[in-house]
Amino acid sequence: MIPLLRHRSFMLGLVLFAAVALVALAAPFIVDADPARMALRLRFKPPSSEFLFGTDNLGRSMLARVCYGGRLSLAIGLAVVALNAVFGVLIGALAGYVPRLDGALMRLSDALMAFPAVLLAIGIAAALGPTASTAVIALAIVYIPRTARILRASVLVVRRLDFVEAARAIGCGHLRIVARHILPNCLAPLIVQLSFVFAYAVLSEAVLSFLGLGAPPSVPSWGILISEGRGYIREAPWLTVVPGIAIAMTVLGLNLMGDGFRDVLDPRLRVEQI
Amino acid sequence: MGRHALWRLIQAAPLLLLISLISFLLLYLIPGDPALVAAGPGASADVVAQVRHNMGLDRPFAVQLGLFYARLLHGDLGRSLVLGQPVAEAILQRAPVTLWISLYSLVLTIILGLAAGIAAAVRHNSWVDQIVSVVALLGVSLPNFWLALVMIVIFSVQLGWFPTGGYVAPTTSLAGWFATATMPAVALALLQIGLLTRITRATMLDVLRQDYIRTARAKGLGEALVVGRHALANTMIPIVTVVGIILSVLLSGSVVIETVFAVPGVGALLGNAILARDYPMIQGGLLFVAATLLLLNVGIDVLYAAFDPRVRLGGDDP
Repeated sequence: MIPLLRHRSFMLGLVLFAAVALVALAAPFIVDADPARMALRLRFKPPSSEFLFGTDNLGRSMLARVCYGGRLSLAIGLAVVALNAVFGVLIGALAGYVPRLDGALMRLSDALMAFPAVLLAIGIAAALGPTASTAVIALAIVYIPRTARILRASVLVVRRLDFVEAARAIGCGHLRIVARHILPNCLAPLIVQLSFVFAYAVLSEAVLSFLGLGAPPSVPSWGILISEGRGYIREAPWLTVVPGIAIAMTVLGLNLMGDGFRDVLDPRLRVEQI
Repeated sequence: MGRHALWRLIQAAPLLLLISLISFLLLYLIPGDPALVAAGPGASADVVAQVRHNMGLDRPFAVQLGLFYARLLHGDLGRSLVLGQPVAEAILQRAPVTLWISLYSLVLTIILGLAAGIAAAVRHNSWVDQIVSVVALLGVSLPNFWLALVMIVIFSVQLGWFPTGGYVAPTTSLAGWFATATMPAVALALLQIGLLTRITRATMLDVLRQDYIRTARAKGLGEALVVGRHALANTMIPIVTVVGIILSVLLSGSVVIETVFAVPGVGALLGNAILARDYPMIQGGLLFVAATLLLLNVGIDVLYAAFDPRVRLGGDDP
């Protein structure tokens, strides 16, 4: 833990991400305006002391919409990470530990990874229909093969180590060997990967929403806010600029944290600060 | 060399089969009746039946799969529900637009990414390094469609330097092409420049620490020659593989970027197909992009072997 706290860019990332996450979580306590309350005479007010981020085409407070929008964007990112943690680990461990399954599982992941990530997510979300949960499923399907591949690589290394051999010799079952001895030693690359998956998921969710494939427009996610603001970009650029900055802060924070995790937890992958 | 290329192509074949299978199965992810969804709300029973027939959904699954592959072998990707035009024809008509903009973007990426990465590595830990690292990290963290919109506000609306959208083919007017293609190409390139800069910097730092570089310096070579000749050659090897990732990001980025700038390319074609729920077009477009990428990656692999004989001589060649 302590090396992480001394890692400058990790701490900067943590501060950026924590600030965004806190604002999103505490949205009802921070902003008193309802993100859906319309006031047509207050349309297109530029940012001011009264409306920190201005108002949109229906006079809704952009501060409230961006704060509440963060809840959905972050929740989708977190759900994608959770699905990656469960299924990525399961598939990666199976492929790495059971040689007979390895070929088939990895060829399937090769095929899924041959599609550009965002494009495959677009295809799946277009087929499933635009809701927040389909965005989660689409993004999970896209990133799980990548997580599984990274976990498989570490399982392949760890399973050949002496202590695993020793566990087998004293009669441990396969499940116990994988769960108690192998997986805990594969955590470092997994944590690094999951922090990047979180960042990619927030970015890709914005793309899906922007194309009309994310959450329905009644719930403001950051991508939807940008897409709504696009029509008024000449007269009210703040409608587009503010949610974009929120996305950038989140993704930058997560990327910095991912770099920090990699430097501290998995020095073999350390390429940035040689 | 030729054998290596052929072997890579043979290895790609099963993957191509799986990719086509995935894009075929995409249709079966649609909840409920795909024909009903594709025909749109309020379509009459006759229209739905016609759409179902056009999409081949009134036949057994095995027959549909067989027909899909039989048509695929003839280069037939189905017929667009909206344009009423064969999907392959629609894609090939728009492919040059996407190709030219992607190439422009790739050139920008390679020139700027390499230059920034090398500058940061050579001046390791200096202010140049700090600035390059921060800008590169920002590049991979910003949503590119958002950046595209901000660029429109600054360079089109405020400064009036570029049109807000549209496209002029380079064969019609080269100046017009530069005017319309520059902003989409830059918006597409920014993410990749960040990616390439980070990798070039890390690889170059690694190479600069090796003994042969010390030897080159010890025998009195100038720094420009050491970096430009000796170090750059070995830095290029990992970078060639990154080009594959860059192309993948480029092609997927083109869907949003072409939509934002109203560029009539394959990306915008896919973007519009999504909005119109034109499933044959979505399927065909995805398959086209994935297959193109796969073949490009095979090409990159072969190129990689040309740069680094170790790959060609060792490894899994037959």
